[in-house]
Amino acid sequence: MIAKIKQQMSEITSAKITETEYAAKGYHLDVEVPADQVVTAAEILDAEKFYLEAVTGVDWMGAKAAELAAKKAAAAKAALDAAKKAAAEAEGEEKPETVAAPVAESVEEVEEDLEEEMEVVYDYNHAEELCRVVVRCRVPRLSPELPTISEVFPGANWHERETHDFFGIKFIGHPDLSPLLLPEDADFHPLLKDFSA
Amino acid sequence: MSDFALSQTKETFVLNLGPQHPATHGVLRVKLEMDGEYIVHAEPILGYIHRMHEKMGENRTWAQFMPNTARLDYLGALSYNHGYALAVERAASIEVPERAEYIRVITVELNRIASHLLWFGAYVLDLGGMTPIFYAFDDREQILNLLESVTGARLTFCYFRFGGVYNDIDDSFIAGSREFIKRLRKQMPDYHNLVTKNIIMIKRLKDIGPISPEMVRKYGATGPVMRGSGINYDVRKNEPYSVYPEFDFDIPVYDECDSMARYMVRMDEIEQSMRIIEQALDKLPEGPVMTEKVPKNLKPPKGDYYSAVEAARGVFGCRVVSDGTNTAYRLKLRSPTFSNLSLFGEACQGMLLADALAFMGSLDLVIPEIDR
Repeated sequence: MIAKIKQQMSEITSAKITETEYAAKGYHLDVEVPADQVVTAAEILDAEKFYLEAVTGVDWMGAKAAELAAKKAAAAKAALDAAKKAAAEAEGEEKPETVAAPVAESVEEVEEDLEEEMEVVYDYNHAEELCRVVVRCRVPRLSPELPTISEVFPGANWHERETHDFFGIKFIGHPDLSPLLLPEDADFHPLLKDFSA
Repeated sequence: MSDFALSQTKETFVLNLGPQHPATHGVLRVKLEMDGEYIVHAEPILGYIHRMHEKMGENRTWAQFMPNTARLDYLGALSYNHGYALAVERAASIEVPERAEYIRVITVELNRIASHLLWFGAYVLDLGGMTPIFYAFDDREQILNLLESVTGARLTFCYFRFGGVYNDIDDSFIAGSREFIKRLRKQMPDYHNLVTKNIIMIKRLKDIGPISPEMVRKYGATGPVMRGSGINYDVRKNEPYSVYPEFDFDIPVYDECDSMARYMVRMDEIEQSMRIIEQALDKLPEGPVMTEKVPKNLKPPKGDYYSAVEAARGVFGCRVVSDGTNTAYRLKLRSPTFSNLSLFGEACQGMLLADALAFMGSLDLVIPEIDR
């Protein structure tokens, strides 16, 4: 089953598929898809008689900035080390090395892509054969939008509404995104990392 | 659906069921669009007891969240202790001593029986049968006394720890459990004679509230709702955790898909839980009930982890995302009744109001667990 799903998922363009160690993680397959492909992923799993256990979100606010800061620190350290090494080597033999250059390049890459993100996580499970599949999708934090899968799995309706309540993620095509668990006039999203009561 | 409901030419009216209503067992409101006695459209309205447990998980340490888990499903709280403990133990790679695993199973199964007994009594009460709840509560009381003696609580247990349990069980608990099983074995035939074979009961439940296996799958319903629709799925068998593989027990499955099938699944589960407890008491190994290596300030490594258990009402899943600190970065609580109730709107279209209440009862709703 795992191999079968893996093969079918690999046909989705730019899907990142990882087979995970079940004992350590609690699921077998981790599939990251672009926002416009979540419905396709749901249809693949629906055809194989999976059921949807939950939909939820994760707010990764600050994660990229932290990553960038870590990379910058690492780059600075590498540059310093290289300088030290060069200074030490200058006294001895000459060994032209450029350790710092590639690291600096990767920092620039991250800097360009510093758009904050949120993640939507779909947990699927199979009733006959033990096979847990996690489908993830990253959406920009400032305009979190992706299509609804409630037409494939009607059970996703409430889960998506709840995710909208908590994170403000918009599920396009969802029949009713009014607050489910929050008060009916709620205009806040409590699970955002910058939310405070 | 009846012809009457299908015709839909006449005007309809809106009927509010709840948020305070004896049949909803908690603060659930259902907005019903009625055509006379028939339901045209039903919309459950949630959130009356929403407490944002998931946010609470993000602002206290891993261990400090344990008491919260008992406040989701207060009738089967130990399963929720268990689910959360398993998820964090998986994240932090904590081993649990064998004796603790056995104690966990014994207490969780006792709790499951208590939960089913309360449901049994309350369900029959919903349907107009006053007597059984008194018997059921009397039996349940024995379990609460037993659990109180080891956990210190009667309802909102906080008994499990990462790496074991808080307290060892003693001889009086073991003797008490054996006695209780003897007692309940004698009671079960009475329950069946008094309730299961009662003609009024059968008329109220048989063929009422059909849920097809396909509908169960599409809505992600689990637990007795799933097994009452002929799907043989139980986390304890399909995705074994703790020491469940050591025991010989069956998973009751009924194909009828109606309220009676769900009723029978739970009644049979009581018997199976008794079998598990008996075996666990027989095999109970000696040893510690806590690992010593668990750090006080627990910091599971970065990553996300998932763990599921079979609670009294279905699959309770716990997804934890750790950023390597002593609090969760994200804690998702997947509660079974949330999904089980989500099919209510579709399933009760065209149903008589009285039947819808009998159907709702068969879903075994615990509202704080839906609202979290």
